[in-house]
Amino acid sequence: MSSNHNNKIDNNILGDQTVIKVEKLSKKYILGAKASSSFRELLNTKVKSLTKSRKSNQEKENEFWAVKDVTFNVNDGERLGIIGRNGAGKSTILKMLSRITEPTSGRISISGRVASLLEVGTGFHPELTGRENIYLNGAILGMSRKEIKSKFDEIVSFAEVEKFLDTPVKRYSSGMYVRLAFAVAAHLEPEILIVDEVLAVGDAAFQKKCLGKMKDVSSNGRTVIFVSHNMGAIEQLCNRCILLDKGQIKMDSTDVRSVIKSYFNTLDNGNLPSEWMYDDSEINRNLLNEWFSPTRIAITDKNGKALNMPVSNDTDFYISISGSIKTIDPALTVGYAIYTADNQLLYWTYHTDTEEEKWPKFKQGNVTFISKLPKHLFNEGEYRIELISSLHWRKWLSEPGVTPAHINLSIQGGLSKSPYWMAKRPGMLGPIIEWDTRNDLVPGERRGIVEVG
Amino acid sequence: MEKKDNTNVKMTVIEANKSGKYYWRDLWTYRELFIFLAWRDILVRYKQTIIGVAWSILRPVITMIVLTVIFGKLAGLPSENIPYPILVYSALLPWNFFANSFSEGSNSLIANSNMLSKIYFPRIIVPTSTIVVNILDTAIAFLILFVLMIYYNYFPTMNIVFMPLFFIIALVTTLGASYFISALNVKYRDFRFVVPFIVQFGLYISPVGFASTNIPENFRLLYYLNPMAGVIDGFRWSLLRTDQELFIPGIALAILMSLVIFTIGLSYFRKTEKEFADVI
Repeated sequence: MSSNHNNKIDNNILGDQTVIKVEKLSKKYILGAKASSSFRELLNTKVKSLTKSRKSNQEKENEFWAVKDVTFNVNDGERLGIIGRNGAGKSTILKMLSRITEPTSGRISISGRVASLLEVGTGFHPELTGRENIYLNGAILGMSRKEIKSKFDEIVSFAEVEKFLDTPVKRYSSGMYVRLAFAVAAHLEPEILIVDEVLAVGDAAFQKKCLGKMKDVSSNGRTVIFVSHNMGAIEQLCNRCILLDKGQIKMDSTDVRSVIKSYFNTLDNGNLPSEWMYDDSEINRNLLNEWFSPTRIAITDKNGKALNMPVSNDTDFYISISGSIKTIDPALTVGYAIYTADNQLLYWTYHTDTEEEKWPKFKQGNVTFISKLPKHLFNEGEYRIELISSLHWRKWLSEPGVTPAHINLSIQGGLSKSPYWMAKRPGMLGPIIEWDTRNDLVPGERRGIVEVG
Repeated sequence: MEKKDNTNVKMTVIEANKSGKYYWRDLWTYRELFIFLAWRDILVRYKQTIIGVAWSILRPVITMIVLTVIFGKLAGLPSENIPYPILVYSALLPWNFFANSFSEGSNSLIANSNMLSKIYFPRIIVPTSTIVVNILDTAIAFLILFVLMIYYNYFPTMNIVFMPLFFIIALVTTLGASYFISALNVKYRDFRFVVPFIVQFGLYISPVGFASTNIPENFRLLYYLNPMAGVIDGFRWSLLRTDQELFIPGIALAILMSLVIFTIGLSYFRKTEKEFADVI
């Protein structure tokens, strides 16, 4: 013990290795006590409370425990992922860890400098130049001026904005803006880094770059707590994962994959329908926006009629995505992501996957995107298809992994015409690959095969 | 076993209702943020305006002209042989400082709501840092006073060395009022509408457009419950050559009231700030 004098783990009063200790943490919100309640309401309740007992029944009914009795420890150098459905309490825990909001009860002990990144570009001021915003944002994230100065060039080159350093960021493209914002955050060097969903910006290439940077950060032995709906990122980045459900820990394991799996079990609750229609439920309301609000997604035949599941792999089947457009934005992309039953992403596709000249010109009103699903590509089994839609580079309208707009594709039979291939084969896909078999080759060309044989 | 060394590891314990524990340590840690926010306000203040910083001179000068015409010329109020523009302008300096800082300070938390809900820092930095840009504005506006004095060939006495003292009373009052209203504003947006009213009303009940000798003798103490009245008197006394003695009970009352406002404002702010992120 005594020889570890320069090892900060041992110097820590939380005990060996532990850098964060969360004990019986709870957070209660009173529903209805909304942000801009008016002064009159206060006067009303004050008057009422004079006549009634302190805590009325109604108030108790409106209580909502966002987090309830959560206990866990985080060890030094651990990369902890926190997953769960919307409203499971993930962000509330992060907000308490980063001291933005106070717990209702319980205790958190942290040893070390914490930086939390709940959003990229917090405090960016549109009128200020890129250079000025780097300093401002750095200070907001807790960097000292000296620190920012020493990393300035690195930040600028990571963001690729050298030429626009002295331009106000309001003139930046959304891509540049996001890159700059992330670059500042990526150069934070705290002992403990808390990150919420910030990778959900930009396109795939940029997300990859961010993920790479995050990996660098964590491979330097820093402790990272990471909340995301992006299971791929969680799996790549984390070596431990906590699944939250209704404000409580449902699972906590270093077997990240198995936690992710049970997350999808809580998500699905049996079979998904093959047709999705917008209804005015709370979760669907997130999909409403002026650019593209989806109304229906379905697996259909050529005429747009919904097909019954399962479908045979040799039928022509289409995905049909309908919605409405109020504001026309040239950066609108609509498409889908398809996942296997154990949540491996097969591919993303967008209606803009061609040269720009071929993209449709939109008008306000209803729109339907129809795309033929590749016949004889998928294997027999269940697939999940999610609506993905965004203003390219800027904003997810329907975000993969999070969107409530998803349907089920179930394929059974029709795998091939071969008598040898009637049942399911191993593999994620079951494509019929073309074979060109020649039997009349000259000996010289066949030699290689013969020698091996 | 060697004694463990905790000096290089920062320990933080987060519990309900214990947010005050690290308050002063955090305030020190985040001192650079204070500087940066003030710097941001200064940089942004006159962006995309044609005449830029000239606004910080133009605003008080126009008000001065209006008040001089109304109170000096139309109402013909006495000015104790002080040129009326100088009489008004020397009062406008502290008053505008209060009015602008108070208006901006009261809205500052809402204006930075995004930061409040995404980042931890001692919240008091926000309303405090908005004061800095207004101090700068006031300093610039001061130059005009000297221009006026040269024009009217009217020079201050040695009393000018006491001027900073009165400015500090104004500062304490402004901070207290900003803390109080900005914290209330987070929860009750009603105060957004109250602030312009306070400022407008305050301009008329404070001796900005007229000398406080116009106030009837028996109302005087009541009158100085408004700490800005004492501040304005103090400014005039330290900057102008007046025969009028400084009304000491008035100044004492102003100091007392400014401390009361500051204490109430700060303690209400401290009491509510832990909920800001939840209700904003």
